[in-house]
Amino acid sequence: MKIHEYQAKDLLRAAGVPVLAGRVARTADEAAAAFTALGTPLCAVKAQIHAGGRGKGQVKGSGQRGVELARSADDARRIAAALLGGTLVTIQTGPAGQLVRQVFVESGCAIQRELYCAVLVDRRVGSPVLIASTAGGVNIEEVAERTPDLILSEPFDPDRGLAGWQARLLASKLDLPTASWRHAESFFRRLCAAFVDLDASLLEINPLVLTGEGTLVALDAKMTFDDNALFRHKEIAALRDEAEEEPAEIRAAAAGLSYVKLDGTIGCLVNGAGLAMSTMDLVKLHGGEPANFLDVGGGADVGQVTEAFRIILSDPNVKAILVNIFGGIMRCTTIATALVEASKTVGFTVPLVVRLEGTEVAEGKRILAESGTAIITADGLTDAAKKVVAAARSAV
Amino acid sequence: MSILVDRDTRVICQGITGKVGEFHTRGCLDYGTRMVGGVTPGKGGETVAGLPVFNTVAEARDATGANATMIFVPPAFAADAILEAVGAGIELVVAITEGIPVIDMARVLPVVRDSGSRLIGPNCPGVITPAECKIGIMPGYIHAPGHVGVMSRSGTLTYEAVWQLTQLGRGQSSCVGLGGDPLVGSSFIDILALFEADPDTHAILMMGEIGGSAEEEAADYVRQHVTKPVAAFIAGRTAPPGKRMGHAGAIISGGKGTAAAKLTALADAGIEIAESPADMGAALVRAIERRASARGR
Repeated sequence: MKIHEYQAKDLLRAAGVPVLAGRVARTADEAAAAFTALGTPLCAVKAQIHAGGRGKGQVKGSGQRGVELARSADDARRIAAALLGGTLVTIQTGPAGQLVRQVFVESGCAIQRELYCAVLVDRRVGSPVLIASTAGGVNIEEVAERTPDLILSEPFDPDRGLAGWQARLLASKLDLPTASWRHAESFFRRLCAAFVDLDASLLEINPLVLTGEGTLVALDAKMTFDDNALFRHKEIAALRDEAEEEPAEIRAAAAGLSYVKLDGTIGCLVNGAGLAMSTMDLVKLHGGEPANFLDVGGGADVGQVTEAFRIILSDPNVKAILVNIFGGIMRCTTIATALVEASKTVGFTVPLVVRLEGTEVAEGKRILAESGTAIITADGLTDAAKKVVAAARSAV
Repeated sequence: MSILVDRDTRVICQGITGKVGEFHTRGCLDYGTRMVGGVTPGKGGETVAGLPVFNTVAEARDATGANATMIFVPPAFAADAILEAVGAGIELVVAITEGIPVIDMARVLPVVRDSGSRLIGPNCPGVITPAECKIGIMPGYIHAPGHVGVMSRSGTLTYEAVWQLTQLGRGQSSCVGLGGDPLVGSSFIDILALFEADPDTHAILMMGEIGGSAEEEAADYVRQHVTKPVAAFIAGRTAPPGKRMGHAGAIISGGKGTAAAKLTALADAGIEIAESPADMGAALVRAIERRASARGR
């Protein structure tokens, strides 16, 4: 789950990680009032969307940058007015861009150096790791690609946290003045503790700033959370901004389904993530374009599967549906019953190709045959892919 | 011969009194697995599927001589269940549970590493040695005894591959589901080492997916240490970056973990690539034939 920068800063502040004072604003007047209330000569007005690259991003039509410095309340009002309601396009939003619904007005500070740091789980090491680089404020993926030796990395135990010496080692390698080491030690250790305590999956500070006073401050903050751990963080789950998410994906999540919307015409309903991805690949291999990833999971019941059909059919691009089930936990009879149910209650407006294999397959096929539901049955993957691609073509 | 499990493996189920735990315990019993009991705290003394239920893994081990466990405990308690099994000295711990927080697994893995136990999963279908022992949720009838070692990060994709192999007359020595989470107990490399050392495994089929670098590491390992023919399929060529594709571990982030990069690494290591998921069994056969013709020359 993603959250906004201002929400991440609130969480960091509460965890004792230094951030600058700021206020969120939903109107231009609120932005001007925020500038006045902060009482600093300089503020940054930052668009709040769930995507990075905002500083270089531009609002469609006006070309307004996603982040701009304001030197007066009127300045803040003008920038906020240009951002709010605009569609910001960044390298991460794709060409469609994202609607700006709020801005963050944040005090400025004197910047001595810009660094980079992030906490994430390193799969190879099997533990959380703090990474840091002297190359702050830029695209870290490019740094990792071109000059991997500029990326420093310190794994740490979730319970013991980052050790003081590890923080000092990083401070030394980052060439921070020794007078700033105690600030660095506190910053890094608290950041790592926040990552663990909040069950984050990514906590990225880019740039991490060495201020004129020699302290460290998180100038930007990007935070995502482990969806599997939200059950024990109600306060974080409450930060979800559904306006930033795909409506069909929210609906699917509510039904306990895993759904990702894509741009093609062939709806896919599959059990298991690996098979669901493979089914998309297969559709593409045979000349079709998948409309979605949809994993009904192992334990889905008839109600969930029916909802899955509803979600797929709610996408107007869908011209045909491929159901590909290899029963394990999921029984073919559940899918077959749901299919019959869905055809009665939802009504299939597009051709449906069904391929069943695995647990209770014979019984599942019998349920489908006896129901008289109009479906195209397929034997094996290739047959299913060819049939659904042909069905989608003839439907266009 | 086989790896990890055989007809002598004695298995308990943690979470046996749950609906799913009971369903799959029965499935394993039907397959012929030597299921010897189950564990649910507070329900000791009950009987499920004809098996005795114990309050703790240690009691179950002492009473039944169990050396393997299959875990169906809900995500919030699953990490603790794994640690309990490891603490009781169970040799093989197979965690089926999906949805365990990553940080919980980061706490579990060092404990497993320092123990004599091996962890498979979590978020996996389990382990099977056809006609001998099934620990997990895979449909048994698709398997056949034979000499192909199968390993995968995905459940249903493994069934697909196994079904293709069986249709082609290529039985399996053992099949291992590694799990779809970012942190899992055993990697491709761990299982490659077991298959390489197993005289009954003559070839290896692996299914990977987007996210992380486990496939690239496996490719390196195959190049250096594996003498048997290997074929591979990677799921997620059409997956968009930055989106979690069902599995917690299946995400392309920061341009890393793409299917293309994995396929290149695997092909460079001399591994036969299946271009289509319908081609996985056939790719394994090609890998065997290629090796045979190279030997004949």
